[in-house]
Amino acid sequence: MVNPVAGLGGRVGLGGTDGPDRARTALSLGARPLAGVRAAAALGELAARAGESPRDGLLVVTAAGPLGAESVAAAGLTERIVYAAGAGRDTSAEDTAAAVRAVVAQGVGLLLFAGGDGTARDVLGALGSPGGVSCPVLGVPTGVKMHSAVFAVSPRAAGEVAAAWLAGPGRVRLRDAEVMDRDEDALGAGRVTSRLFGWLPVPDVPVRVQQRKTGSTAPAPEAVGGIAAEVAERVGAGLLALGPGSTTRAVAAALGADVSLTGVDVLALRPGRPPRVVARDAGEDALLALGPVWIALSPIGGQGFLLGRGNQQISPRVLRAAGGRERLLVLCTEAKLAALGGRPLLLDTGDDALDAELSGHLPVITGRRQTSLYRLAR
Amino acid sequence: MTAHVPVSVSPEEARIADKPRLRRFRQASWDEKLIFELGSPGERGVLVPAADPSVERPAIPAALRRAEPPALPEMSQQQVLRHYLRLSQENLGADLNIDVGQGTCTMKYSPKVNDQFVRDPRIAALHPLQDEDTVQGVLGIIHSLEQLLKEISGMDRVSLQPGAGSAAIYANVAMIRAHFAARGELEQRDEIITTIFSHPSNAACAKTAGFKVITLHPDADGYPDIEALRAAVGPRTAALLITNPEDTGIYNPRIEEFVRIVHEAGGLCSYDQANANGILGITRARDAGFDLCHFNLHKTFSTPHACGGPAAGACAVTEELAPYLPRPTVELDPETGAYRLDDDRPESIGKMRPFYGVVPNLVRAYAWIMSLGAEGLRAAAETAVLNNNYLLHKVRQIPGVSVPYATGRPRVEQVRYSWQKLHEDTGLHSEDIGLRAADFGTHYWTSHHPYVVPEPMTLEPTESYTRADLDEYAAILSEIAREAYEDPETVRTAPHRSTIHRVRPQALDDPAVWAVSWRAYRRKVLGGAGRR
Amino acid sequence: MPNAVFRTLNDGACRQEVYTQRLLLLWSMTDPRVGSRERRGMTSPQDSVHTYTHPYIPNAVPAVRQAMLEEIGAEGVEDFYADIPDGIRLHRPLDLPAPLRSEAELTRHMEELLSRNTSTRQTLSFLGSGCYQHHVPAVVDEVVNRSEFLTAYAGEPYEDHGRFQALWEYQSMMAELLDVDVVNVPVYDGFQAAGTALRMAGRITGRRRVLVATAIDADKLSRICDYVRPDHDVTVVPVDPDTGCADLEAVREALAAGDTAAVYADSPSALGIIDEALPRLAELAHADGALYVVGCNPLTLGVIAPPSAYGADITCGDIQPLGLHQSFGGGNAGFIATRDEERLVAEYPSRLFGLVPTSVEGEYGFGDVAYERTSFALREEGKEWVGTAAALHGIGAGVYLALMGPQGMREIGDTVLGLTAYARRRLAEVPGIEVPYGDALHFADFTVRYTGGGTADGVRAGLKERGIFGGVPTGEREAAYCVTEVHTKADIDRLAATLEEIVK
Repeated sequence: MVNPVAGLGGRVGLGGTDGPDRARTALSLGARPLAGVRAAAALGELAARAGESPRDGLLVVTAAGPLGAESVAAAGLTERIVYAAGAGRDTSAEDTAAAVRAVVAQGVGLLLFAGGDGTARDVLGALGSPGGVSCPVLGVPTGVKMHSAVFAVSPRAAGEVAAAWLAGPGRVRLRDAEVMDRDEDALGAGRVTSRLFGWLPVPDVPVRVQQRKTGSTAPAPEAVGGIAAEVAERVGAGLLALGPGSTTRAVAAALGADVSLTGVDVLALRPGRPPRVVARDAGEDALLALGPVWIALSPIGGQGFLLGRGNQQISPRVLRAAGGRERLLVLCTEAKLAALGGRPLLLDTGDDALDAELSGHLPVITGRRQTSLYRLAR
Repeated sequence: MTAHVPVSVSPEEARIADKPRLRRFRQASWDEKLIFELGSPGERGVLVPAADPSVERPAIPAALRRAEPPALPEMSQQQVLRHYLRLSQENLGADLNIDVGQGTCTMKYSPKVNDQFVRDPRIAALHPLQDEDTVQGVLGIIHSLEQLLKEISGMDRVSLQPGAGSAAIYANVAMIRAHFAARGELEQRDEIITTIFSHPSNAACAKTAGFKVITLHPDADGYPDIEALRAAVGPRTAALLITNPEDTGIYNPRIEEFVRIVHEAGGLCSYDQANANGILGITRARDAGFDLCHFNLHKTFSTPHACGGPAAGACAVTEELAPYLPRPTVELDPETGAYRLDDDRPESIGKMRPFYGVVPNLVRAYAWIMSLGAEGLRAAAETAVLNNNYLLHKVRQIPGVSVPYATGRPRVEQVRYSWQKLHEDTGLHSEDIGLRAADFGTHYWTSHHPYVVPEPMTLEPTESYTRADLDEYAAILSEIAREAYEDPETVRTAPHRSTIHRVRPQALDDPAVWAVSWRAYRRKVLGGAGRR
Repeated sequence: MPNAVFRTLNDGACRQEVYTQRLLLLWSMTDPRVGSRERRGMTSPQDSVHTYTHPYIPNAVPAVRQAMLEEIGAEGVEDFYADIPDGIRLHRPLDLPAPLRSEAELTRHMEELLSRNTSTRQTLSFLGSGCYQHHVPAVVDEVVNRSEFLTAYAGEPYEDHGRFQALWEYQSMMAELLDVDVVNVPVYDGFQAAGTALRMAGRITGRRRVLVATAIDADKLSRICDYVRPDHDVTVVPVDPDTGCADLEAVREALAAGDTAAVYADSPSALGIIDEALPRLAELAHADGALYVVGCNPLTLGVIAPPSAYGADITCGDIQPLGLHQSFGGGNAGFIATRDEERLVAEYPSRLFGLVPTSVEGEYGFGDVAYERTSFALREEGKEWVGTAAALHGIGAGVYLALMGPQGMREIGDTVLGLTAYARRRLAEVPGIEVPYGDALHFADFTVRYTGGGTADGVRAGLKERGIFGGVPTGEREAAYCVTEVHTKADIDRLAATLEEIVK
């Protein structure tokens, strides 16, 4: 599924192209559509690597013309068209949603979409409830805004990940990746910020790790179990509020509790026994009512937001009541931290004084008896 | 090394050629069988002396008697030799290639004359428990090498017992632990700080020894982050373990301040000198204030890498930490000039090895340093750095390559490059480029902890290579980059002229089919077939 | 640096004695700094008759260096050191002995040093205790000294296919010898292998205590204790003083606490004993839910049952006896071996090579078995490092096993067992000597006690004066001896006769 107007605004200084007017303006300013070309690059990579998979052929279910079929043809792959936009009009977000639904209805193994944050939101909207999507999804990055974590690092990398997924779905795990986009409400109020809209399941192929199969020194295993052990030791017997996200959820699972992906849940940790869930989907008031809690957070999305995106329940009041920095546990695997490429973790609680207080270097728990000191900034 | 000789070649003529010709290389590919498929029952490779007929073998209790003979190969001597010589031809030693691609490993020339010394029975056939007066030569070599490394590091005492660099790091951490235990501070000081571009063994050894590990990431300029260090130190700090220059080739210009901050917090500072090759005689661990350091003798001091060991490590410490050194130490009696082993060191962390270290490599390292002297070591360092910056100059001109961190700053003895741009353009990985290099008679490896730099390539040219060698290596990379853009399939499916083709690694992840031995392979994959 | 009498070799008339003199006093000066340059007679290149570019540093040729600098656009090499602060620069030459620049000079110096060693080839030696004098077949040396192997490091499975195959074959031959499916690429030495095997057992069981049930070398114990200290406590159950064998009752009692991760035994033990109780220890360990870890000398296994056959979960040890030179203790390397169970394989901190197909039908290659991917890899509780260790020793041991074959391994086992028994019987006949531990089966190492006038130190010195190395003191009047296949019955008779002179 290609959003043909994704990325149009970038080169002409318009930001995103959400909505038909912006796309038309971009075209009139001389922007050239690139999404289809990038999608073709991803599909080309997929075609080149599909030869390595045990499958004989590869069928791409898509929508007509610039919504996908053009890119599929450019990559030399076999297509089946299941949707066409009405003739003679600009494509829209509605087309995206309809095309996605038509494609997924065919029972595809993977939904590959080319676009930006806005497109990711449209895909999420088309596929159902936030956090409840079952069809694996992967984004080919072609948009201007790329705050979401559902995109591969490059179009060709998307093709490679897709090939790995299709070659052996059992070998590649899925991770829940955040869909984020600019917060239009806040923009209206003069603030440029982003918002968490939900999660999509994305094949998790850490490329650098995968490359090590034949090499010299084995990398450390995924450290979620170690992070959980460290959290348990630090908290001892006490209340632990877990922010949303896949890392915190995996840590809770390692501790023996099932928590939701999207909400803030509170566990009572009891050494030697499995934790008890004392609050689910807790709001600010519920958190305040519980008294002092430890707060465990994991960075959200490709930009590394720690506070203020998707976890606004953990408000300045909650943070202050908990005891600030001292009671804040930042959880992140080394690999995820490395993927930030040196950019700081971000916070935006809406309380400047608290933001200033929390900013600076913070220990990030990366494993058992193991932390990284990492910068947290506004 | 300097030489005030009239030189008859002009700088232009000193170059072998403007654009080196790429080799039409083809590696040996013997299609050699596995050793278990060779030989036949009854063949012998070597005969064993039988005891005098009057000597009876004692009865072995039934439960301890071997029931079935081990299913080892049965081969004649020449056939064994031939098998292994064929395998050796399918291996690209540093003696054969321009081995600048195993960055961080310091692949320098290992002089052949030094190998001769260690093959001599007066090293090879020495038993470690002989009387001291029958081994004065080897004890003298160990002691003398310690003195040489003292001067090179500026430290007060040296131990050569660790079996390799990581074992030396572990020994240093064990000494740090002993130091704080002796002061009754071990409970309190349980944290060790390191940087993400220090060798990963620093973090791993600290954890093995029971410490918590705090890792610092680079600052915005790509240097170790001093603000992060300030935030990390405190009353729990036991030590800083740091590599410098780091594995990126970047020298930490605030190293003295790092040491001061940790000292002020009451911690010790241990210097991982795995990357010492560019700074020999330029700057020393002690001069930057460190309390401990270690060297890898197989890197900086030329002993061969031996397919991954035996290597050798050296720990060097201040007088204050000397009581904790591994025992025994080698001592010189100034009166008699005799060397002896001192095992009576109650505060010692104990033995790191069954005996005193990887002695053959100590002999080689001693001979290497003695053959170079002070000016030779400095020439080696300066030339290694010159070669590195020359190669950097060449490689950064290749399309698709970038040099992350500390943009525009010089590098010391190695550089961690990134092929990220090429990857984005072509979909090929750094690993693909490295494998294609095998078709030109060289290679680079893909181990680049901690995998922070995307699509990494780490090159460390050392002092051993000529300008023509470096030009050839750069030309090979340049050619592969051209292929990547114009004919990516050739690179994607490389190697083509190496011993074997791309492995299908899936079986390595799958307990049902992974095969760590012939018998496992027969059972799981061949279904019990094969010989026997 | 105290190297005052280190004279340059450029002065010409160096006789053998001068070298000796230099070595004797090499580092004996008390004040290293004062005038040491002058005393040492160090020359700068300008002073030398011959100027030179060192053979190991080609780009030090001034014209080449200058051309390279120009191409980079640098003034000098100082440009590349810009990040090193002046305050920590060494603004003087290192104070080292003048170099022995030519191979001829270096060889002469080294020859003089080597001449101060007496090797076990020159003297009859009965030393063992962890380092053994076995014959090293010529083909082993030929292979491990090949440049292709000696100077390689960590190439990929393509251009270094030979290394991968040789090490995989080593793993495979060890697996046959040990009767297991999984053996690692060698670690530093047998001490390290034991320490790691015990930590593996600790991670698998989640328990704290390690019980040592057979006599253990004091240095080995010290190394193990240091290595496992963060996670484990080591309890040594003393052996029966009369038999030298495991005290099963005491082991059973020690196990009663129920917190034992592993029972550890050595075969042979530090006393040289292959304990008949080794299988019983397995039963005791397993009954308590502990793992059984056995350190063994692989050279015994042509005739002795491999530990896996009597219940060992993890086998470890040192491969020095398998064709590796003694090298003053430089020839040790360690192995760890287990069954092919995921929970065991997941705990190896060392490399395991696996055989895999390639993209070409019928061709095989190798790679690292990716244990970190298994769901059993719970390594966050006790991480260990992986680094350069002792791979070439693995290749050498592999060549040795291929040369020996099943018949050679059986014969060498027979010969050593026979000679050890003969030596114990023969020395027991010497007045003033007692050979303890009765009928226990010994391999290579054994203990003697001096019941006459001599001390262990005295006897050792007496032997040395008479051209024999042997009798490493293990107590005031107790010592360790060792025989291998390199000894003859006549050698042992000579030892007995010599001891008779000394001990009486």
